Amino acid sequence: MPAWTCGGSIRPGKSASRIPVPRHLQHWIAIAVAALPALALGFRFVVDGLGANPIEDVTHTTGEWALRLILVSLAITPARRFFGWRGIAPLRRTLGLAGFTYACAHLATWGILDRGLDLAAIAEDLGERPYVMVGMAAFLLLFTLAITSTRRSIRRLGKRWTTLHRAVYAAALLAVVHHFWLIKADYRPAIVHAVILAGLLAARIVWIVRRKSDTQAS
Amino acid sequence: MQVTDEATFLNRRQLLRLGATAAVGATLAGCPAAEEATAGSGDADTDATRPRLTDVEPASPAYRVDEEPTRESDATSYNNFYEFGTDKKDPARHAHRMRTRPWSVLVDGETAKPGSVPLETILGAAPLEERIYRFRCVETWSMVVPWIGIPLAAVLKHFEPTSKARYVSFETLVDPEQMPGQKRRVIDWPYREGLRIDEAMHPLSILAVGMYGRVLPNQNGAPLRLMVPWKYGFKSIKSIVRIHFSEKQPNTSWNDLASDEYGFYANVNPEVDHPRWSQSRERRLGEFRKRATLPFNGYADEVASLYAGMDLRRQY
Repeated sequence: MPAWTCGGSIRPGKSASRIPVPRHLQHWIAIAVAALPALALGFRFVVDGLGANPIEDVTHTTGEWALRLILVSLAITPARRFFGWRGIAPLRRTLGLAGFTYACAHLATWGILDRGLDLAAIAEDLGERPYVMVGMAAFLLLFTLAITSTRRSIRRLGKRWTTLHRAVYAAALLAVVHHFWLIKADYRPAIVHAVILAGLLAARIVWIVRRKSDTQAS
Repeated sequence: MQVTDEATFLNRRQLLRLGATAAVGATLAGCPAAEEATAGSGDADTDATRPRLTDVEPASPAYRVDEEPTRESDATSYNNFYEFGTDKKDPARHAHRMRTRPWSVLVDGETAKPGSVPLETILGAAPLEERIYRFRCVETWSMVVPWIGIPLAAVLKHFEPTSKARYVSFETLVDPEQMPGQKRRVIDWPYREGLRIDEAMHPLSILAVGMYGRVLPNQNGAPLRLMVPWKYGFKSIKSIVRIHFSEKQPNTSWNDLASDEYGFYANVNPEVDHPRWSQSRERRLGEFRKRATLPFNGYADEVASLYAGMDLRRQY
């Protein structure tokens, strides 16, 4: 079993159930679902050219879905534990990489379409705008995780791989901050993402604490 | 002279009343306005459900930007009007709930003629004229819009501000039933904006009632909005129900919300960045590449003297 399926064993006593969908099919369903926002964007582009400010629309849509898919990938492990679903762990990687793909599209839209590859403007943004710095930091973290998401990296890095890939929480947190920093008055969308992330982090912390007390007891 | 003015004035008032009635009729019936037959050139973007404004003086060269106007469908579907929701598409979705007739404006404060004034009386202050202005949002997008309105100075003079009136402020309608975005306190309603009296009296400042040859769509601030083209868009308050003259600088909504980000003056200035983003460039709706933002939105020759001796980095 590859390391990335060992994110935590299913707690004994809970009845484990296998999702009645073959693993490779799960994988493709996840990809198809993750592609829906991009397809919707393409559809709207054909229908109305994405309205008055298409570049802004593409920037916002790709950025939002990058974060959302990262959050969904982070929800896989809790779902496994709470519902006892076995065999869905590989979806973490699939959904995480899908989120990274949106992050790439987001960065490319910003750099190429919005800033027009104006390197001086890009450098100024990176040097002076906290929201850009934070967004770029989140992207660089995701990039690192993406290139170390192969079986070979997992094998080569061993235990360090697990530690390294906890950085996905940091990336999600930075993405949420990036979003907050851009809002003028209505923080609702960012608050929703922040609350979900906080819940996922809280679940992690609860397990770590519980595991520690379990080991002490035994 | 006096007689002619009076006659024209009454004539125009009657015309406006008729126009207003037609507007209500057309909107309620949900059918294209009858005067569509006289609409002339078939601009594909023209929203034929809004009554055409007649008796409008064409824009004089001084008030006509020599740039391509933004597509009307863009200018009427991409709006910041938080009273109807914070998404850019919300105003076009929800603004039909607002009733713009009858409409009156409360005039108070340092004025010799306070009171509740019907819209028609305000519009009687001067003939309607077209102004083709640049519009620059603080969010770094911009447009060019052919507005129809009257000089703000004519309206303010009509109300005879006292010698103490150093500022004039405006308020937007508050009614959560008509303006569903007001059910949440994103802003401390009513939306407020204000100008120094010399800014308000400047010939570029207008009260607009129409755009693209027709009455304003609700999402663009019908029936009466401010248009101050050298300032960021949030200064140009929409759907005005109050005009208040004061001696002290009035509170303004975005300045109250984040004073380090939105100043009282809010003059378009590519040199002074918003704390979170650069103001040096802008995207004109409908264009791909960003263009350089001009000082005072390109109106520096006309208005820079209003701010002589001021440190525009501090009084942004």
